[in-house]
Amino acid sequence: MMYEQFKIRAEGVGSEVYRFQTKAEALDFIIPFLQKEGVTDAPHGYALWAEGPFLNGIDRTPLHNAVPGLKFEVSRQLAADCLVGISEVGYALTDTGSLVTDQTAVEQRLVSTLAVIHIALIGTDKILNGKMDVFKIINPGNSKYIAFITGPSRTADIERVLTIGVHGPKRLVIIFVDDMGGAN
Amino acid sequence: MKSDFKESISKAVNNTILTGALGKFSEAYKVNRAKAYEGIDFEALRQNIADRKAYAATHIDLLAAAFKIKAEAAGAKVYLADSPEKVKEYILKVARDNNVKTVVKSKSMASEEIHLNKFLEENGMSVRETDLGEWIIQLAGQRPSHMVMPAIHMTKEEVSELFSKAVGERLSTDIPRLVEVARKELRSKFLEADMGISGGNLAVAETGSIVLVTNEGNARMVTTLPKVHVALVGIEKFVEKFEDIVPVLEALPRSATAQLLTSYVSIITGATENTDGSMKDLHIVLMDNRRTEMSKDTKFVQAMQCIRCGSCLNVCPIYRLVGGHVFGSVYTGGIGTILTAWFEQLQNSEDIQGLCIQCGNCKDICPGMLDIPDMIMEIRRRLAVEKGQSFVQKAIFTVVNNRKLFHTMLRAASVAGTPFTSGAFIRHLPFFLSDLTEGRSLPAIAAEPFRDTFKKIKQPKLKEKVAFYAGCLIDFAYPEMGVSLVKILNKAGIEVIFPEDQTCCGAPARYNGAYEVAANNATDNINALLKEDVDYIVSACPTCTVALDHEFISTFTSLGQTEMLPKAKILAAKTIDFSTLVKKLVDEGRLTPTQGRKLGSITYHDSCHLKRTLKVSDEPRELLQKVGYELTEMFECDTCCGMGGSYSIKLPEISGPILQRKLTNIKSTGAAIVAMDCPGCVMQIRGGMDQDGAKIKVMHTVELLAEQLLSDK
Repeated sequence: MMYEQFKIRAEGVGSEVYRFQTKAEALDFIIPFLQKEGVTDAPHGYALWAEGPFLNGIDRTPLHNAVPGLKFEVSRQLAADCLVGISEVGYALTDTGSLVTDQTAVEQRLVSTLAVIHIALIGTDKILNGKMDVFKIINPGNSKYIAFITGPSRTADIERVLTIGVHGPKRLVIIFVDDMGGAN
Repeated sequence: MKSDFKESISKAVNNTILTGALGKFSEAYKVNRAKAYEGIDFEALRQNIADRKAYAATHIDLLAAAFKIKAEAAGAKVYLADSPEKVKEYILKVARDNNVKTVVKSKSMASEEIHLNKFLEENGMSVRETDLGEWIIQLAGQRPSHMVMPAIHMTKEEVSELFSKAVGERLSTDIPRLVEVARKELRSKFLEADMGISGGNLAVAETGSIVLVTNEGNARMVTTLPKVHVALVGIEKFVEKFEDIVPVLEALPRSATAQLLTSYVSIITGATENTDGSMKDLHIVLMDNRRTEMSKDTKFVQAMQCIRCGSCLNVCPIYRLVGGHVFGSVYTGGIGTILTAWFEQLQNSEDIQGLCIQCGNCKDICPGMLDIPDMIMEIRRRLAVEKGQSFVQKAIFTVVNNRKLFHTMLRAASVAGTPFTSGAFIRHLPFFLSDLTEGRSLPAIAAEPFRDTFKKIKQPKLKEKVAFYAGCLIDFAYPEMGVSLVKILNKAGIEVIFPEDQTCCGAPARYNGAYEVAANNATDNINALLKEDVDYIVSACPTCTVALDHEFISTFTSLGQTEMLPKAKILAAKTIDFSTLVKKLVDEGRLTPTQGRKLGSITYHDSCHLKRTLKVSDEPRELLQKVGYELTEMFECDTCCGMGGSYSIKLPEISGPILQRKLTNIKSTGAAIVAMDCPGCVMQIRGGMDQDGAKIKVMHTVELLAEQLLSDK
């Protein structure tokens, strides 16, 4: 129910929302997605995957073999040249379709700001009702850079015409995984 | 008003691209904002915000000290600067210390306020605005015309021209293509820049956090990619607690751009690691620039509750005609007038304060609960005190303050006006009714004022009595409205008395800043109206009703006069507007409209004071429907007609187009009659309809009700 509510709101602001039961199923979606979007091992073609619990217990070599442009080391230069950025996020809010996450680590910001497509991974159990709920959990004492992300980057500064993808990502793909534990 | 100011207004009003774009935007905004607030108790939300911001505004020193401790513990450097010069000096020093050559900026009105870009450029730095709208106006060498949408006044053709020059390539006017050009061009600047400068939507004292609310993603880059980050934050942005962010985040995007939430909100607490592993050099500059002084002024402390959403501009009938550049300063619109008077100087608001027609639209939708019209009135009052009024105005108000002389002159005008009378309209009237705007005829001064006609009305002797306050327009221009009112009340078993010594309600003086004159009017009227013990004092003019009900008290309070206050409060408690009284009488069964009449279609215009100050809008509609009219609502039924008392004479170039818009909306309903409860609106709209030639009757509700109720058995 909360997932459905979130999906409606998030799609309303231009996000793409998917849900899988396991990490393996999520990977079965992500790998062909990266291939289809044209990820290559060349500038402007990389896919960067920032560290996070999803990757625990995952053998990265076959992933890299399937998508040669997919990298797990995030640097400023690679991020500037990447097509897709993948990161994990903390919470999803049903009231506004927003993602809320601790991005104190700069790598988390690089892959989610400089990429053309941002893929956000999140456990289905991390959906909350709204800002009031998430503000009880997040703590600026520990999280020095808290980011709310609601859809792709947008502007309406020219003649009030809504245009997607001005500085940040042009697409936000949100992938929910019901069971974040276990290996592939 | 200076002539170059008048010229800039004419230029703006005649710029069809500007007025077209702003008009379309304001119409869409109203609908989208309402949708964004669906399911939210706006009144509760804004009270919540106002309470929290009001606390912060009255505890600035405490919050600044707490903020500094927390933010510095988290690795930031916090600098409290009282003047723009100190802000600039500090930022320059940070730049020099870090050998900064290039700067990228995300949107900051505070930096606009102190003209920071110009200063840094003069000191040899390259400064690039990265918010798309800000970049556009930077390329054009202009000021923002709207605090949320800085380039709303520009067309895609103009933007294409600017971008073509900037990138040295002939570009099309395709908007997505232009946005892509900005993305490419500015991406390299983000990556190269030595320093990032941001603003701050909130500064949280309890945690030392700053909050940035954006859509484009540029603020995330500005605060992440360069090694040095300077956040320039006005001290009105303080809130005490971390949880105070929540209500502001609920309201700001909804009110600003009708979004549930912007694409990005960043809450930054202290320094984080740079991409090379070093720590960010984070400087938070807290700028005062007269904000503390503002917070100590009882009238203006509420301005500290502003969350800079710009919604007051979006609903302003004047702003959508003239745009932002007419305001001549960094901050525009109603709130801009107030901020200009403080952050620059009172003098600089002299012309622009006159743009406010006091319709009250902005007060109704402000998420910080600012009473912008009231603050503008106070600016007007202070300017009048400081500068004295112009000779002509003074002469007028001297007359208004002498009831006998005033009324003698109005009577004389009725005779003098005769040769110019064409039908019911003449082209010239004395005083604040003179020098007409084009596109509107004005009524002749009545041959016999109501105060004389009243004596001839044969009223039954009844036990229950109310006093009628006519106001100048009904007394001297539309006495028939007064006659209708007396007859309706008689029918309900109420005798009407007309206190002879009543005089002008003081609104013309007050709206021109002449509070002493208004206070004298108030005293005269209170003495006149409280002479006899009556149940109610009824008025059929909402502006007069508001004067009796609210403004006498506020005028005395503003002047620090306490002597008449108790009596003013007694008067206020007895004051009632015509439609509310008649609705009550119908509800009590003392007036019974005949059932089943089919009088055809009617549309209703809400007068500003009646709807937004007195909160009366259903009563006249119900009454008109009860007597047999079929109501067809017009588009923007509660938007000002452009009259605003003497406003229509001082600024005909604005009043005229507002009236034309109103006439169009009335005509579009196809109704044969337009009703309203204000004789001022009748004067404006009837005059406009007369010139327009449309055969639509423009009537005060009192006349329409009298036609039916008096023919009822």
